[in-house]
Amino acid sequence: MTTLAGTWPMARLVLRRNRVWFAVWLTALVALPVLGVPSLDALYPTQADIDTYARTAGSSPAAVAMNGPGHAVHTLGGIVVFEMGGYVAIAVALMNVFAVGRNTRAEEELGRVELIRSNAVGRHATLAGCLLVVFAADVVLGTAVAAGMVAFGLPSAGSAAFGASLTAIGVVFAALTALTAQVSEYARGAYAIAGAAVGASYVVRAAGDTGDGTFSWLSPIGWAQATRPFADSRWWPLLIPAGAAVLLVAAAVLVESRRDHGAGVVRPRPGSVTASRGLLNQVGFTLRLQRGGLIGWSIGVFLGGLAFGSVARETQDMMAENPGVRELFDPSGRLGLTDLFLGMVLLMLAMAIAGYVVASTLRMRAEEYAGHAEPLLAGALSRRRWTLSRLAVPAAAAVALLALAGLGVGIAHAVLTDDPMEVPRLVGAAVAHTPAVWLLAGIAMLLFGVTPRAAPLTWLVLAGSVVASLLGSVFRFPGWLVDLSPFERTPQLPGGDLTATPLVVMAVLAIALAAAGVSGFRRRDLATSG
Amino acid sequence: MSTVIDVAGLVKTFGSTRALDGLDLEVAAGEVHGFLGPNGAGKSTTIRVLLGLLRADAGRATVFGGDPWYDAVGLHRRLAYVPGDVSLWPNLTGGEVIDVLARVRGGLNDRRRAELLERFELDPSKRGRTYSKGNRQKVALVAALASDAELLLLDEPTSGLDPLMEAVFQQVITEVKTEGRTVLLSSHILAEVEALCDRVSIIRAGRAVQTGTLTDLRYLTRTAIDAQTARPADDLAILPGVHDLRVDGNRVRFDVDGDRLDETMRSLAAYGIQTLTSAPPSLEELFLRHYGDELTDEKLATAEASR
Repeated sequence: MTTLAGTWPMARLVLRRNRVWFAVWLTALVALPVLGVPSLDALYPTQADIDTYARTAGSSPAAVAMNGPGHAVHTLGGIVVFEMGGYVAIAVALMNVFAVGRNTRAEEELGRVELIRSNAVGRHATLAGCLLVVFAADVVLGTAVAAGMVAFGLPSAGSAAFGASLTAIGVVFAALTALTAQVSEYARGAYAIAGAAVGASYVVRAAGDTGDGTFSWLSPIGWAQATRPFADSRWWPLLIPAGAAVLLVAAAVLVESRRDHGAGVVRPRPGSVTASRGLLNQVGFTLRLQRGGLIGWSIGVFLGGLAFGSVARETQDMMAENPGVRELFDPSGRLGLTDLFLGMVLLMLAMAIAGYVVASTLRMRAEEYAGHAEPLLAGALSRRRWTLSRLAVPAAAAVALLALAGLGVGIAHAVLTDDPMEVPRLVGAAVAHTPAVWLLAGIAMLLFGVTPRAAPLTWLVLAGSVVASLLGSVFRFPGWLVDLSPFERTPQLPGGDLTATPLVVMAVLAIALAAAGVSGFRRRDLATSG
Repeated sequence: MSTVIDVAGLVKTFGSTRALDGLDLEVAAGEVHGFLGPNGAGKSTTIRVLLGLLRADAGRATVFGGDPWYDAVGLHRRLAYVPGDVSLWPNLTGGEVIDVLARVRGGLNDRRRAELLERFELDPSKRGRTYSKGNRQKVALVAALASDAELLLLDEPTSGLDPLMEAVFQQVITEVKTEGRTVLLSSHILAEVEALCDRVSIIRAGRAVQTGTLTDLRYLTRTAIDAQTARPADDLAILPGVHDLRVDGNRVRFDVDGDRLDETMRSLAAYGIQTLTSAPPSLEELFLRHYGDELTDEKLATAEASR
């Protein structure tokens, strides 16, 4: 097949360019579930502890909504899968989305694929070479997770099923991104569509798992979890993701063989010959560049809030049936379980929103490196105004997206409880996460302003905060370490006491870091392309 | 004439690389100043220092008498810049980019914008992603030239333009010059520099090696002489300033230094000149002479012969 000529050298190129990238992702994604085994073993050392867990947390609908169905929570392996599987699934999906996007459409957008394709390299070689490496990475990931779990003494059948389920999730989302990278003309668009699919898979699965399970069969994450690792460890559900991946790759190949190089599926329309008034203002200009993402995220967090908000009430019912659960989560008895669950939902949404806000802030770096800052700063635009207008968008978006997420959760919960006052209560609780999200944007701004090359480290700070908050108890991180996460500094809302001090401190800190970043940016050389 | 750009002893280092190594440059008001040098000589770095995008490590650089690092915004209201490698926002149209760039400079002349779009045959409704290199360059050119800026900083502005557009560019710059505006034109297109520039600075490895009017520079270089004489002109080689003498019967060919031309011609006349052609040094020759050490006289001769 001549359209595949050069696939092998392309695969080697992908491997060479991304060796550190893959090493970091794979290490983190293998370490997370594998190290969870000894941690959870220490947390629930006896079968009696495990049985208590199974009766309480392991059967809580709230936990099911967050993590997936608990098929084997009366075993250590089942607890590991239940506590970490859902999060790891999302991370694996995201790794695959980024891995495929950055090596296909992003490269094409930069014009590098053109350079390659002018040689004796087939039309599909870039895509094929990339998928080869990414699929191989997924297999390595699944194998290493399974081997690690066996090494810590878990049964081999369940470990293998769990490892394979992670590989399956990875392969499906890699294949999906292969298609979105053909459809969209821009890498950003390819990430957006595939990322939305990851979010939708998680939410649809949550709806299915808390209901009769039908919806779970519409979600790739649901397919993978249907293997029931450590319960009956079924293998046949993996045929579904395998089939889906084949179809998606076939569709990607079909689109790629019909489209022009550099083009997407939709032809670009001619646009306005003059700039609108809004575009002439730097804040409006920044908004325009981020318009698509902002709209997508607004819809996403609102729908996500609605979906999770609508399952919150079930936790109430369960509490009546099971006093042990209440004891576990809320020894003081002050917080309702529903509020605990709602707080958890808002926390997760806030973390996702923090991801958007950090990305939006780091757009400054991309703009500078692409040479887009230079012509503007060569105009009568001060560096301070350039940065402040680009900071205004993520800062405002943080508040708006949090409010929208709270609105979604609030509306769903208000309808189910027949209490309209739930809406403002939950919007308020969501917006309380603003200072924590701002703090991460502040770190991004500081790094960008002072040392732009190091700015992507913000992602490590965010990832660390997420792991500390969600899994800190599983890994028994020391309290001070967990408390470093800005999300832990936000008061437990709804239901808890609104203490203003940490919020004010975080907001002030965020502003101070951002100010230091702006000042650093004014003092340094502009990174130039030429 | 007042000085618009004044650079003296400018130093800029990037890590261990010394991009600018004591550069001097002076651009007077109302002149079109050619800025020549091989790739990596420091032309773009100089322009970026003049824009306050990079901070000089040592030396003086002023634009309109102000410090480009500290007074960037104020100075930028009075100048317009065209980068050598124009990168556009993929989803904004050319027209939108022109307006945005004009806005951050402080406005543009709408009539002139329309006129330039027409002269450069640029479709402003297409998106940045779909423009070719030449068309991206035109977007930046229209944005800069449609302004009333007193100073134009043009960094290889015509790279990627076709010859017709190159001609349009030269016309527009000629008009700019008659309006009394100042232009710093970094370029590799020597015909363009010869056609447009009042003065030229040649830089190499971060230093100015030659500066002056084209006439000044030509005086400093050699003229190629090809003559038929009544008697073989064998003895010319002993004259100072004569190089590469080749005598072939009654035909004599040699290069002579500009400041020795007069006395050499007097000596040559003694042999009885029958025909005479002299070729003034082209800018290309000046350029080659000042560019690489690796260029031997032999290569120069070949380059010359192939013209």
